[in-house]
Amino acid sequence: MPDLPDAGTCYELLARMTLIRRFEEEAGRQYQRAKAGGFLHLAIGEEATIVGTTSVMRDEDYLIGTYRTHGHAIARGTDPERVMSELFGRVGGTSGGRGGSMHIFDREKRFMGGYGIVGGNLPIAAGLALSSEYKGEDAVTVCMFGDGASNTGNFGETMNLAALWRLPVFFLVENNLYGMGTSVERHSAQTDLSKKAEGYGIPGERIDGMDVVAVREAVAEGIREAREERRPTLLEAFTYRYRGHSAADPEVYREREEVEEWRRKDPIEAFARRCVEAGVLGEREVEEVREKAEQRVTAAVAAADESPEPALDSLYENLYVVEEAGGWYAVDERSPEPHRGEREEEEMPEAARELAEAGAAYGGQPDGPRPEGRPNPARQGDAQEGVEPEVSGEVEEPDVAEEVEER
Amino acid sequence: MTTLRMREALRDAMAEEMRRDEAVFVMGEDVGVFQGAFKVTEGLLEEFGERRVRDTPISENTIVGAGVGAAIGGLRPVVELMTVNFALLALDQIVNHAAAIPYMFNGQARVPLVVRMPGGGGHQLGPTHSHSLEALFLQVPGLLVACPSTPADGKALLKAAIRDDNPVIFIEHESLYGTRGEVADDGEAEPLSFGEAAVRREGGDVTIVGLLKMAHVAEDAARALAHEHGVEAEVIDPRTLRPLDLDTILASVRKTNRAVIVEEGWPHGGVGANLATLITEQAFDHLDAPVQRVTGADVHMPYAKRLEQAAIPHEEHVVRAALAALEGSI
Repeated sequence: MPDLPDAGTCYELLARMTLIRRFEEEAGRQYQRAKAGGFLHLAIGEEATIVGTTSVMRDEDYLIGTYRTHGHAIARGTDPERVMSELFGRVGGTSGGRGGSMHIFDREKRFMGGYGIVGGNLPIAAGLALSSEYKGEDAVTVCMFGDGASNTGNFGETMNLAALWRLPVFFLVENNLYGMGTSVERHSAQTDLSKKAEGYGIPGERIDGMDVVAVREAVAEGIREAREERRPTLLEAFTYRYRGHSAADPEVYREREEVEEWRRKDPIEAFARRCVEAGVLGEREVEEVREKAEQRVTAAVAAADESPEPALDSLYENLYVVEEAGGWYAVDERSPEPHRGEREEEEMPEAARELAEAGAAYGGQPDGPRPEGRPNPARQGDAQEGVEPEVSGEVEEPDVAEEVEER
Repeated sequence: MTTLRMREALRDAMAEEMRRDEAVFVMGEDVGVFQGAFKVTEGLLEEFGERRVRDTPISENTIVGAGVGAAIGGLRPVVELMTVNFALLALDQIVNHAAAIPYMFNGQARVPLVVRMPGGGGHQLGPTHSHSLEALFLQVPGLLVACPSTPADGKALLKAAIRDDNPVIFIEHESLYGTRGEVADDGEAEPLSFGEAAVRREGGDVTIVGLLKMAHVAEDAARALAHEHGVEAEVIDPRTLRPLDLDTILASVRKTNRAVIVEEGWPHGGVGANLATLITEQAFDHLDAPVQRVTGADVHMPYAKRLEQAAIPHEEHVVRAALAALEGSI
């Protein structure tokens, strides 16, 4: 077992993991209260893989991930307030409410997204690494993806390109054993994912993704090889999500015992215990970390609640970068007026505004129940979590059959 | 001014922008050592070296995706896809990523990426190498779409595309690579702005809109209409489909009261279908006849020369459509 780092680092690792855990639990709760919509993919159980990775990255390095990346952004230093606001679809969100849970992005922290297409981030990671290489910069791109993404064409294409061009990129597959509801044994002929890029010239290694110290050491070495030797490698971190794939997951594909078994290896509890037993941290500090996380997440929910909903006038904002508008960039079928780009956003015609407001009204009141006929998918998932949905009596009972899950 | 072929004009556009801006680089299948499948990148490797002229594996989605990432990282990639058809392999990166990223990340990332691709029929390349997919890209918000028909426009628009901060789909036509025309030398003229249509011929009887190779077919038809039928057609080449210079087209339709749209793509949901709707919405009171469309046949491009030519619009088709729009008035 690798040695513990210094006390300050241990405290920071524990604090980040605890904050992410608490954030995700709260996100799930807010989803059940219908404050957050769409799909919600929680990373509870995967904190050590996330924090172990980001803790050995430099500020200038890029991180790019999947649709399960609330924690990745927070680990990179994004304010939880901004992530929660994004889940709430508010202007204070990381993407001003444009992206939602699956598309968190924070340029300043070099967290380069949150992508909803499985494997879609891999080629982009190669491109980011190419930009660093091209400009003679030292930055490394850390590309994280799930076990399911290792079956996409992008995986093979990107591994080949990264090795061929010796790009400063490091790949980490967060193997949580399931591509949505299909286990690795059922979705990948080669179940040792660390071997899947060998044929492309990218060596791999498997580690315990529940051990934050082990993750740190392995990732640090991978980043070093990418930075100093321009040698991309692939790390397979075994981890586990306690919750369903998304909040709308009935979890028919795994046994309760399996979840319980992994819970006993909980990365946060195990690390805290180890730190205390080694005398690096005291019980009081562990408790302090929990309290601080609780306070921060409470603040995040308050901030998200207070943040306004996006203005209807902003509907076409940031669709195009327009310096000098010529021609029609976008057409709004609800008004006879053309959109020539951002510059004209203030001049949204009255007729279009009225219709936009009429449409927006279907979104319902932010604090009220969902409109009739729209079941809350939160109500059918996470059965094993034992979380009692905190919903008011006005909320409709869900119709399970109507919910269609993405992968 | 210099007389150049289209492929040379496009090459010069890339070379000039690469000299001007270190962030500009070219990548694609066989763009380097092979000099480009259609020789558009000829000479670039020699001048700029392997760092800036990058041969790629055959991995369309990843080539475009790497372009997206490089663009987010601050570069200005010019990606060549060997043909429009191969762009279908890269649609995920084009639609879900390049086009969506600026919007879904609320302006935190820009994607100044150009994806060049030649298309069109006429060379007996059959069903998988002859597509005209302008309408497909036109449909996607967030993309700009250029479709030049002359060497001068090709060069000016490609330069503008490279300098633009939006992702640009730059569609070339295989049959036009060899056509010659007067082209501005470096620094002689500012690059053409996107969203500026060209009025190729003035006339008061009917408006004919044609793009890419069909811009030339439209002009040929206009000459035939004048010589054989005494009809003066106004011919407009939109040059870019997004942004679209609808104002110029509408002004012409308000003058002629009749419109014919010529494209090589499929009829359903095509460029013409879209434009006909816009004209109808915006200038209904000025129309004296239904908007006419001339499109490629609603089939996969057949190989046999006879059938292939039957599937592509020609001068006669345009003349007939114009006369149909004018029926009763001449």
